[in-house]
Amino acid sequence: MNFAELSRLRPDLAFIAHWVAPQSHVLDLGCGEGVMLDYLQSDKRCTGYGVEIDDQEIPRCIARGVQVVQQDLEAGLAIFADDVFDTVLCLSALQMMKNVEGILRDITRVGQEAIVSFPNFAYWPHRLALLRGTMPVSKSLPYEWYDTPNLRCATIHDFKELADRVGLEVLECVALEDGHPVSFLPNWRGSLAVFRLRKKRLIPHPSGIAQHER
Amino acid sequence: MSSIGIVAPQSMQFATPLPLQSGASLADYTLVYETYGVLNAQRSNAVLICHALNASHHVAGIHHADDTSRGWWDNMVGPGKPVDTDRFFVIGVNNLGSCFGSTGPMHHNAATGKPYGASFPVVTVEDWVHAQARLADALGIDCFAAVMGGSLGGMQAMAWSMMYAQRVRHCVVIASAPRLSAQNIAFNDVARQAILTDPDYHGGDFYAHGVVPKNGLRVARMVGHITYLSNDDMAEKFGRELRSGAYQFGYGVDFEIESYLRYQGDKFSQYFDANTYLLITKALDYFDPARAYDGDLTRAMAGTTAHFLVVSFSTDWRFAPARSREIVQALVNNRRCVTYAEIDAPHGHDAFLLDDARYMQCARAYYERVWEEVRA
Repeated sequence: MNFAELSRLRPDLAFIAHWVAPQSHVLDLGCGEGVMLDYLQSDKRCTGYGVEIDDQEIPRCIARGVQVVQQDLEAGLAIFADDVFDTVLCLSALQMMKNVEGILRDITRVGQEAIVSFPNFAYWPHRLALLRGTMPVSKSLPYEWYDTPNLRCATIHDFKELADRVGLEVLECVALEDGHPVSFLPNWRGSLAVFRLRKKRLIPHPSGIAQHER
Repeated sequence: MSSIGIVAPQSMQFATPLPLQSGASLADYTLVYETYGVLNAQRSNAVLICHALNASHHVAGIHHADDTSRGWWDNMVGPGKPVDTDRFFVIGVNNLGSCFGSTGPMHHNAATGKPYGASFPVVTVEDWVHAQARLADALGIDCFAAVMGGSLGGMQAMAWSMMYAQRVRHCVVIASAPRLSAQNIAFNDVARQAILTDPDYHGGDFYAHGVVPKNGLRVARMVGHITYLSNDDMAEKFGRELRSGAYQFGYGVDFEIESYLRYQGDKFSQYFDANTYLLITKALDYFDPARAYDGDLTRAMAGTTAHFLVVSFSTDWRFAPARSREIVQALVNNRRCVTYAEIDAPHGHDAFLLDDARYMQCARAYYERVWEEVRA
């Protein structure tokens, strides 16, 4: 798959893909049918694995030549060793998880960098819906409150705090609208929050206990 | 979907002694095998199917027009099937020590003029793989497009990827494990003890006495069968159903499950050889490629170059998904190409022989890729 195809299929992924360095070893959590890895493998000569739970998606990944491990993300990433991935992608999957903090800690453990995206609950149509007294239903949150797989509602501000707590440093934070970055009032105007994160480096401390770099 | 139709077994004699892992060797031996499809000019479309405990070289098709039983993986292998015999040259080979044609305990030992019986040397998964490699040599196949197996067959596929890395492009390991657990070995030993303590076993030379250790084989099969089914599957199929609707207050058959297991045991004892059962369960117990690497499967698989498809079934407690994940973990640690499907199926270990749409789709999609490579 080339960049033009990716841009057409998934403009959000096309934007995110430019953060992944060529030849990286990549883990894509909740990889779906493997579109992102397909592109990264063929265009950027990356290697790596997808993780996906949905039975329907596994043969699609296989058909694309994407290596996929079928498992529930809630079960953790024990199958992957520490520090082995250059980049861990967790795109539009985090909001469906019960144990968000646990998976973020695992992402920090197995990867050097991470790219995490989730629907921005503070997107203005969502705020408007709440002002009207109803739960938001939009292109980025296309479900009713009673059938949504999205267990977690977070805003761009909220996520920064948790990232810091699990040992991730925010390198970049972008709000996307229709796959394009929004620079003015991003926490209002962007429907998808995208974070580029890096594992905080441990630096020696006179006390002898390593500290996170600030 | 159509089966491959009538197929005929072939056999090949090998006169060069085969050194075995135990230190013993087989002076000469015969391998019985079947092939389906046509080997292409580049000899690049060969797929080897490895069989499990009680199966054979008869993977697909029927042996004669009125044959009511099809090959053991007829739903997987055939024209238009996931392993498409219109594309691939598929080989099923009967392993040494079996009772279905290849040299085994029932055959005459030229050195003694008597059946091998219990003196047939203990063979391992690795020994089988060496023998299969010699058959591949004789058939002119340097490199398999894929080596595939379920359960004990999956162990052989794994062994191929480690022992003959350059000869395997794809390795398909289904409902298997990198080594048996203590619980697995325990079940196998109960089965062996049933055979070994049957008075009709005669130290393995029951052929000379004109008997078979039928009771031992029956119990062995009954134990095995319990482990192939899931608790849910058994509950659904049999529950506490009574054969005659009322308790009999005796030791005959009360429950349907008893009737079923006894029937399976009886059937098995009529066609399976007791010495073969002992041998094959030992091969299962001994398989442990990580043993030479302090139990480190990652190091054991470091030399592999094949791409892998690993499949497990959620209710398989004999070869549980966790065991397949150990294989996947070792491959991931080595950055090998591996896809792992964990099929949520109710049928326990037996699921690998059944038609589950998700399982078949994965196999089909995988072999599409293999075929694209062969064609390229």
